[in-house]
Amino acid sequence: MSLEISATEYLSRVRAGNISVEEFVAKTLDRVHTVEDKVHAYITIDEQNALNKAKSIDKKIKAKEKVGSLLGMPVSIKDNICTFGLKTTCASKMLENFVSPYDATVISRLRQEDAVIIGKVNLDEFAMGSTTEFSHFGPSRNPWNTEYVPGGSSGGSGVSVSALECMISLGSDTGGSVRSPASFCSVVGLKPTYGLVSRYGLVSYANSIEQIGPVARRVEDIALVMNIIAGHDPRDDTTVQNNKVDYTAGLDSGIKGKKIGLVQQMIGEGVDKEVSSATNNAVSKLQELGAECITISLDAVEHSVAAYYTIASAEASSNLARYDNLRYGFDFGSEGFEFKAYVSKIRSNFGPEVTRRMLLGAFVLSAGYYGKYYLKAQKVRAMMKSQVDEAFTKVDFLLAPTMPILPFKIGEKIDDPLTLYLLDINTITANLTGIPAISIPFAISSSGLPIGMQILANSFEEKSLLQAGYSLQQATNLPRVPL
Amino acid sequence: MTKIGLEIHCQLTKLESKLFCNCKADYRNLTPNSNICPICIGLPGSLPILNKKAVEKAAMISLALGCQIPEQISFFRKNYFYPDLPKNFQITQYNAYGPTSIGSDGSIQIEGKEIRIRRIQIEEDPGRLVYEGISEKTQITLVDYNRAGTPLVEIVTEPDFENPRQVRIFLNVLADLVENLEVSDPYLEGAMRVDGNISVEKGNRVEIKNVGSFRDIEKALHFEITRQQSLVDRNIEVAAETRHWDEARKITVSARSKEEEQDYRYLPEADIPLVTITQDKIDNLRKQMPESIVAKKERYIKKYGIPTQVAEVLSSDKFYSDLFEKAHTESNAKEIANIITTDLMGFADTREKKIDLKVTHRHISDLADAIVGNKITRNSGKAALYEMIKTGKSFSEIVSSLDLGSVSNASSLEKIIDEVFKEEEKAVKEAKQNPDTINYIVGKVMRKTKGKADPSTTLEIIRKKLLSA
Repeated sequence: MSLEISATEYLSRVRAGNISVEEFVAKTLDRVHTVEDKVHAYITIDEQNALNKAKSIDKKIKAKEKVGSLLGMPVSIKDNICTFGLKTTCASKMLENFVSPYDATVISRLRQEDAVIIGKVNLDEFAMGSTTEFSHFGPSRNPWNTEYVPGGSSGGSGVSVSALECMISLGSDTGGSVRSPASFCSVVGLKPTYGLVSRYGLVSYANSIEQIGPVARRVEDIALVMNIIAGHDPRDDTTVQNNKVDYTAGLDSGIKGKKIGLVQQMIGEGVDKEVSSATNNAVSKLQELGAECITISLDAVEHSVAAYYTIASAEASSNLARYDNLRYGFDFGSEGFEFKAYVSKIRSNFGPEVTRRMLLGAFVLSAGYYGKYYLKAQKVRAMMKSQVDEAFTKVDFLLAPTMPILPFKIGEKIDDPLTLYLLDINTITANLTGIPAISIPFAISSSGLPIGMQILANSFEEKSLLQAGYSLQQATNLPRVPL
Repeated sequence: MTKIGLEIHCQLTKLESKLFCNCKADYRNLTPNSNICPICIGLPGSLPILNKKAVEKAAMISLALGCQIPEQISFFRKNYFYPDLPKNFQITQYNAYGPTSIGSDGSIQIEGKEIRIRRIQIEEDPGRLVYEGISEKTQITLVDYNRAGTPLVEIVTEPDFENPRQVRIFLNVLADLVENLEVSDPYLEGAMRVDGNISVEKGNRVEIKNVGSFRDIEKALHFEITRQQSLVDRNIEVAAETRHWDEARKITVSARSKEEEQDYRYLPEADIPLVTITQDKIDNLRKQMPESIVAKKERYIKKYGIPTQVAEVLSSDKFYSDLFEKAHTESNAKEIANIITTDLMGFADTREKKIDLKVTHRHISDLADAIVGNKITRNSGKAALYEMIKTGKSFSEIVSSLDLGSVSNASSLEKIIDEVFKEEEKAVKEAKQNPDTINYIVGKVMRKTKGKADPSTTLEIIRKKLLSA
């Protein structure tokens, strides 16, 4: 029995009685124990509960009782999504002992469908970063080459799925945090339309732009998860009804006759040669499949990184203000401190990237600068939205490489925040405009590192986006993870 | 000229739940930190869900104060670090980038003077800090989050008050108004809190915070006028600053200015989508709004002929006007207004006493009917009312047990008057010569009947007898 099977295949084998849930979960845990030293995907492994849960699902199956549709599928959860009874650390010293007293909506929905949570996975502290190096618990490593970064901030999600340590994972995507690790680890990652998936229980970083999104090895597995987590949630006022769309239906409808726009501003300067040629190959493949490809210009993209870091940092400075260690946190004797001195002492425990963004965010919101920075950034955002709306009157999808460059070595760019920020240029558009985007594993470089292609669609067009992604996936034939 | 403006925080105490979660809006008298949930203590991952009823209630206040309601309202975060603020920001409304708060540009007439309302905004109350310890050194600060997230409206006036007296009248009118609207019980402890801004001629604006009660805001304003005026008189600049009211010493003291120079870094609250308020919705709310105090007063005067003074007192008191509405009929309305305003109000004048009042609308209407129908005198009526207040027993039971029935039937009254004439020969003689002394005889009759004699009938019979005797 291979751990590499797709989620849909897993379901049919369990249903047919070919494998037991316990067997599969135990094997997954074995795999975790074997590879964790090398990749460090997990912050918390919930071994005993996972096994117990697996056994109880097997019992239910045997007794022909009602079982949730995921039939004990092993999943991992990014550690900024609240799980009842399990630590939710956000990879931060500030929450290293925080156990949420409630489940995020996506978690209760997964549990209801009898998913088995293997554990909580690594991220950049509070999801701020694109390499997973800014974790209080140390970096995760790329399964394709453990010297290299796995992308981020949902690095643990990308790694755990890629290294067969779970079948699917939930990450969160604020500026590309699901798609970046999906691209760097050669797995599929979806950033859904803003408002499609409940954020209740997702620890906020930049709440006007982030979404929870699934990571999996196959597009059909992503569709399966979306069927469970998408749709209105009374606990999140920003969610919308999706009329119970079945994302798994008609995945193989093809892409014939669809119009695809290659975004000029995402394939120019700064893009790695191998990434460029992979992009050209993707265009050819899509044309072979019957799609029409044109080049499209979104010139607001040139200002997107600046706008993104202004807005995201502003929101971060407010969202992270609550971490004052008064109600929860880590052990610290407060005696003898005046309140403000106490707060500043406590808050010096954030890592460097979080500190940088909170300072930046506080600055752009401060009196006299709001108009100069924050309002201007919102104007860029509005401009991007109108350009994207305009583009979707001409094309069905937009296309670009997910990441402009190949994965790089751990430590290589950690002291160069600006360079790291610029790596988000191709992913940010979807966040600032709210539209959905998916990263599909497309190629492996000459150095053996993954390259992902990104397809973007109009708001709430996930179903057709998944169909397009499926077409591209079916046109590729990639090697197995070398780990 | 002295200029005073106010910021009034008024809790929407009539709501069931808090502004953004399902915890109870009524946080009073609960074990500390028992009325809380992940949302109101801002646990990581929690999101606010706007209480739509709070928006409706705030809209009603806005309408009652003649404010404009924008087509869409939005919320902002006001960022600052304070232990009673679990998220270290307060969700509130903010009009610096266009009017998006529930109300703006209203006004209200106070004794013929217009007080303009700059804006009304919806926001969440913070938790409560409780200080314990016998000395400053042993003092500890406890935080109770039961109040955190309680729905509030902040009402900001223009600096239109010229003296503390106008402020007091305005606050009373405002308290009556929100009570009449059934959005708040302003007499609950901490339900209505006031900050003031005040400047005298040639002086800077001073903010007064931390005032516990309406009475204290008047005192604080008086203190400030004297303080600021004496500075101006001596050519000393009045510092633009925030001062705290020191309740014990009855003075204002300067808050350390550095601490107060806050930059709140306002930011749109993206977790709460814009709320659209259509004209239909506004029309609908208007229909749901209870009759205003002014309209009620007019109705009392016009429809029932209740004297202006009485109508004013009655209409502005929610509890008693409700009692009046339930008790009155066309014929007894005036009498009921009289009973309530002259006897009952004096007896039960606080919130607690009103709650404990055993007298129901039934008692009042029975009593009024008896007085109107001359079955009991006003005097006996008073006695019956006190007995009803004391015991809650029915009117008829009290009348018979205390033998309060009116002696208005002429023959029995005549007998008693004959007796008095016999006993008081001298006074009768005197009265014949000087009709002004007739009251002495009336008094004697009253004493004999224990006040049950109808005064006008009594007088009539005495006059007749004096003429014929």
